[in-house]
Amino acid sequence: MTLIIIIAVVALIAIIWISIYNSLIKYRMQTKESWSQIDVQLKRRNDLIPNLVNTVKGYADFEKTTLQAVTDARTNVNSAQGPAATMAASDQLSGALTHLFAVAEAYPDLKASANFTKLQEELTNTENKIAYSRQLFNTTTASYNTKLQSFPSNIIAGIHHFEPSEFIAVPETEKEVPTVKF
Amino acid sequence: MLYEQIQSNKRRTIVLLVGFLILVGMVGAAVGYMLLNSLTTGVVGALIIGAIYTVIMISNSTNVVMAMNHGREITQADQAPELWHTVEDMAMVGQLPMPRVFIIEDDSPNAFATGNNPKNAAVAATTGLIAIMDRHELEGVIGHEMSHVRNYDIRISTIALALTAAITLLTNLGSNWWFFGSGDRNRDNRDNNSSGGGLQILLFVFSITVMILAPLVAAMIQMAISRNREYLADAGSVELTRNPEELISALRKLNSAKPMQNVDPSSAALYISNPLKKKERLFDTHPPIEERIARLEKM
Repeated sequence: MTLIIIIAVVALIAIIWISIYNSLIKYRMQTKESWSQIDVQLKRRNDLIPNLVNTVKGYADFEKTTLQAVTDARTNVNSAQGPAATMAASDQLSGALTHLFAVAEAYPDLKASANFTKLQEELTNTENKIAYSRQLFNTTTASYNTKLQSFPSNIIAGIHHFEPSEFIAVPETEKEVPTVKF
Repeated sequence: MLYEQIQSNKRRTIVLLVGFLILVGMVGAAVGYMLLNSLTTGVVGALIIGAIYTVIMISNSTNVVMAMNHGREITQADQAPELWHTVEDMAMVGQLPMPRVFIIEDDSPNAFATGNNPKNAAVAATTGLIAIMDRHELEGVIGHEMSHVRNYDIRISTIALALTAAITLLTNLGSNWWFFGSGDRNRDNRDNNSSGGGLQILLFVFSITVMILAPLVAAMIQMAISRNREYLADAGSVELTRNPEELISALRKLNSAKPMQNVDPSSAALYISNPLKKKERLFDTHPPIEERIARLEKM
């Protein structure tokens, strides 16, 4: 009888252990997936930029410094290591692109070109996706980190060496997070 | 908080379904009594009709609803880049699969979501919406629709739509009773004159009352459900976009827009803003836009 009880208790603990471990893995996977979402969009933007630079170059008097800033920022995103540095470089590139599109307002011919309009929509889309995938990354990171710190999953996380994931800082110009009430 | 709301939505679906089934049963009893002089045949028949309607709608809701509202599906970003990309963004940040996207040719700005579950959902926007809204406002509107998808509101409204249609069909059938049903019952009445004349009268009054009131009750259930969901979807939209201003300015534009040209009245409850623009408090599918804006401003 006692043996059966002991076996039952051990089995129960094992089941709980396994399910918590698996949920930790799932949460960590989600943070990684959401990071790769960002990464895909960063690559996509970097692929679009040479196209944009070539289109704009055709307009001879277009400010060289603006173009140079975009090209430099693009190189920085490529060479940056780790999420924090990559995102800092990415924010710089976003700023340079915003400036480029603002300058382009003064060139009616450029704005009328179908190629340019298409690139502008593509880049706006990518910028939005970077912002939203960053938001998603921070959401998944928050739930993973909460899981790491709350009982009883913190015990299992400690034993199996789960490391907390780092948030990506949101640039100050970005919108504040409002509290959502129902 | 949102998770609790989703759970309570799922529970409420069951309550709604039971309530609607009782209503369908009552209508069936009334119609059965009028046409065939048999309560049970009526109830069974009505439940079968209700079940068939529901199954058809659930299995094929997107196509049925989109056909009712003249939606044209787009399958590539090129066909409407702004709309397509916005839906993509909202699906990503809401951690939902990409829904099917439809466009309705109408100058009045409006949008709705439908489907059976998040894996099987669709979002529709009018050409007016795409033309009038800037990108941020469009995000607010699409965020609202994707919240309906995430909260399973789309399933509830699909079921409600199917059962309302079934009740309408049954009462239309029943209201023609004097053309072909009354003779039979009168004859039976004479045969059974000695037994339970009072009961006959009672059943007759019950049947008439049910048939008159059922469509109203069905509409009221449908409206009450959709009203509360609008607030919830507004809050959900802000959770996705992190910006109440986008949705507030979109709602202002929706409020001042003209009614839609060619809208299916039974789908009115699905839209983000009442496409018919009529003001009837009890049967309003939507809370007043001013009230929605006031709630958003408090966030």
